[in-house]
Amino acid sequence: MKVTLTVNGTEHAVEVPANTLLVDLIRVNLQLTGTHVGCDTTQCGACTVHLDGRAVKACSMLAAQAEGAHVTTIEGIGDPENLHPMQAAFREHHALQCGFCTPGMIMQAIDLIDNNDGLDSQTIREGLEGNICRCTGYHNIVRAIESVANAS
Amino acid sequence: MSEALEDTGETGIGAPVRRREDLRFITGNGNYTDDLNQPGQLYAVFCRSPYPRARIDGIDCDDALAVPGVVAVYTGQQMVDDGIGDLPCGWMVKSKDGADMLSSPHPPMAATVANYVGEPYALVVAESLQAAKQGAESVYADFTELHVVVDLATATASDEIYEGIPNNLAYTWALGDEDATRMAFAKAAHVTTMDLTNNRLIPNAIEPRACLGMFESATGDYTLYTTSQNPGLERLVLSAFVQVAPEHKLRIVAPDVGGGFGSKIFIYAEETAVIWAAAKANRPIKWVAERSESFLADAHGRDHITHAELAMDEMGRFTGLKVQTTANLGAYLSTFGSSVPTYLYGTLLAGQYKTPNIYVEVQGAYTNTAPVDAYRGAGRPEATYVVERIVEQAARELGKDPADLRRMNMIQPEEFPYETPVALVYDTGNYEASLDKALDIIDYAGFEARRAAAAEQGKRRGIGFACYIEACGLAPSKLAIELGAGVGLYESGEIRVNPTGSVSVFTGSHSHGQGHETTFAQVVSDKLGINYDDIDIIHGDTGRMDFGLGTYGSRSLAVGGSALVAAADKLIEKGKKIAAHMMQATPEQVTFEDGQFTLQDSNQSMSIQEVAFASYVPADYPEDLEPGFAEKAFYDPNNFTYPAGTHIAEVEVDIETGVVSLEDFVAVDDFGHIINPLIVHGQVHGGVAQGAGQAIMEHGIYDEYGQLQTGSMMDYTMPRADDLPDFKVDTTVTPCTHNPLGVKGCGEAGAIGSPAAIMNAITHALGIKDISMPATPEKVWRAIGGNS
Ligand code: FES
Ligand code: FES
Repeated sequence: MKVTLTVNGTEHAVEVPANTLLVDLIRVNLQLTGTHVGCDTTQCGACTVHLDGRAVKACSMLAAQAEGAHVTTIEGIGDPENLHPMQAAFREHHALQCGFCTPGMIMQAIDLIDNNDGLDSQTIREGLEGNICRCTGYHNIVRAIESVANAS
Repeated sequence: MSEALEDTGETGIGAPVRRREDLRFITGNGNYTDDLNQPGQLYAVFCRSPYPRARIDGIDCDDALAVPGVVAVYTGQQMVDDGIGDLPCGWMVKSKDGADMLSSPHPPMAATVANYVGEPYALVVAESLQAAKQGAESVYADFTELHVVVDLATATASDEIYEGIPNNLAYTWALGDEDATRMAFAKAAHVTTMDLTNNRLIPNAIEPRACLGMFESATGDYTLYTTSQNPGLERLVLSAFVQVAPEHKLRIVAPDVGGGFGSKIFIYAEETAVIWAAAKANRPIKWVAERSESFLADAHGRDHITHAELAMDEMGRFTGLKVQTTANLGAYLSTFGSSVPTYLYGTLLAGQYKTPNIYVEVQGAYTNTAPVDAYRGAGRPEATYVVERIVEQAARELGKDPADLRRMNMIQPEEFPYETPVALVYDTGNYEASLDKALDIIDYAGFEARRAAAAEQGKRRGIGFACYIEACGLAPSKLAIELGAGVGLYESGEIRVNPTGSVSVFTGSHSHGQGHETTFAQVVSDKLGINYDDIDIIHGDTGRMDFGLGTYGSRSLAVGGSALVAAADKLIEKGKKIAAHMMQATPEQVTFEDGQFTLQDSNQSMSIQEVAFASYVPADYPEDLEPGFAEKAFYDPNNFTYPAGTHIAEVEVDIETGVVSLEDFVAVDDFGHIINPLIVHGQVHGGVAQGAGQAIMEHGIYDEYGQLQTGSMMDYTMPRADDLPDFKVDTTVTPCTHNPLGVKGCGEAGAIGSPAAIMNAITHALGIKDISMPATPEKVWRAIGGNS
């Protein structure tokens, strides 16, 4: 079937089998490999992207469900010369080690900032409930998000 | 952010440089194995045994081959028929009677018998992942179920799994003086006894294992991209032992790897089968594990049952320690599976203390479960758990403050080098310094007030200690090989100063989150006085680097970093000859500092870049010297390094629900000199989180039939952000005495100290002797008298 959607500002019409997951459309068809797959039970959040401005787990929805939607992936928020403040904060606070959870964490973190006022460390921790990082112990991830929350 | 971690723009040793690798990771430009593809690639899906032990009487592939898109089905028996060897265990451990350990046969894929649930026995390759999955579902194996051994406690009394391996025992290994220890107990004024379990863990690096294998029939070249912590070792094993391809024709690339924690050290069935099948199919083949496969088929960690006794004199001085452990090896000896519960465990049982007599006996038992091998800490968390739990319990029994009892038994700074009764020589340390600092940070004196405040909220608060020691950078090669290691324990490093003065550094270490591209560049920049930004660190590709052993056991900086220092020293020596020639002097008259070769007592000097250029354009050049400015070194340490420190946990237990909350955690570690404190703190945070997971959440559970009950992230609980507090991390420094950087290693300490500290805190809060890890709400609730 054909799915038409806008990803990182560019419209795509992609021919995929009907059972294709959104994350596979992103990774395989569009070759945007910054969005990762870490589990098969919607637990890890490595696949988090924005769908019409809200964070979703791209492994647990069909590509067809994104018909007509605006999707933003990690590649769409900034690049090495022009980092998104959340990307810069993750680097500044050493909020990543292996980097595998990082794109999902950053997308989730941006969602938290965009949709909450007055984030404190406890609400940040609760807001990261759906994202697992096995490397950092979260300490520095919380610091990074706090720093962006405090600056905005 | 504390002042010490602020970015000052400095890039030398000790500076908290922001990591250069981050730029690609935070922008989605990392290159993980699953991000790579080859034109014409096939997709592999493995058929895995649904039974914990079953004979394979036949495999019917007809239906699978009829699935559109399926190209081939390859079986374990075909690998055997092709002469592919067993997956070897890299460490020959001997039983206490001198006999060699008994290894079970371990074909990469099960050929005649499958021995754990999830063991692969065939692989289907197809034009699409979907077709491969459908094909795998259409492979029909004719299994005959056989009796299973699952329970570790009764494994050695069960019918044997393998012919010729009585009592399912790979070995009964012992260390220490049994008679002397027995005598110490006979004279003891007090003996504390504990029965402890160290729960089975499932590593769960967030990137699942994956590989992409290719074969060039025209040249006979094999290339394997794989999620490995040690591509050099992988190439050696796959060529020399498994014989998939000749070593010089096999290139292994471990690109960006999304965490390992030990689980990506080992040589697994899947990449072995994929590279073999790629040659058979003459097409690139890609395999990516689903998380459920990671649970079933990644090597698990820990899984010990231990009885321990600590003897003390009337003052509370430790006089003897006896430890009897049964370690679960799983169904097969994984790459380092034999050494983890022996040499990496028994040797650490002295801890930070002067216990004069220690005897440990370890039974390594086979069960029909996934192989058990090194997981973050590998043997040292298990040792620390025994020592620090029993010491804490002893303090309670003696009515002594647990900090005081530890203090009076600690090895003192002036007593180094200190030879323990379990074969190690600690080179240096100052254990009380870390203890004092940790007590100060946690505000030990204020604990009773915090406890009272918690009680008013209906919570029980407890505090627990772990004064751990560990051993990093396994060494030296000669000794390890004498003790059964199959490979050396050195590391390689090469520094090439290019004609333009930029630098390419090649290391046999591998980074999968540790930040070597940053820290190793800091080291080389510091040693050679070359701009940090002009230095590139290259790792993870056997086609580019020298043979190396990779990254595990917190060895990268202590061994791999030291190799780079040795290579830098050679470069400086050569540079002095070149500079001396050009300045018309002798090399002895030339000194090197901050990137400048200077002629003594003169104002003449040359930069290292000028010297490098002269070496590549050797017009005015020493006659007897080779052109070029590149040097390599293999560094073989002469001892382990011994990081040590004090971890203190404070927990609160909700007595209504049994929920344990980790309220405060202090880690004060002595890692020797630190290259990048930002990264070191991060390593400690991550290790503590994994240790907290072990203490209160994580447990790999097989049911009595051998089925894995915790086979997904919904069943196997790992710490999430709201399960953990902010950590308080600090350091003390006694530099390692035997490597040129004075460094020790920081990757595992967090996971080594924290389980014991947290369990000591929980049992303190509850006023009970023990509760087994993980202290889940249900277990805690029952322990405090909840209805069963
Ligand atoms: S891959 Fe989507 S939640 Fe894990
Ligand atoms: S940085 Fe490795 S999983 Fe988060």
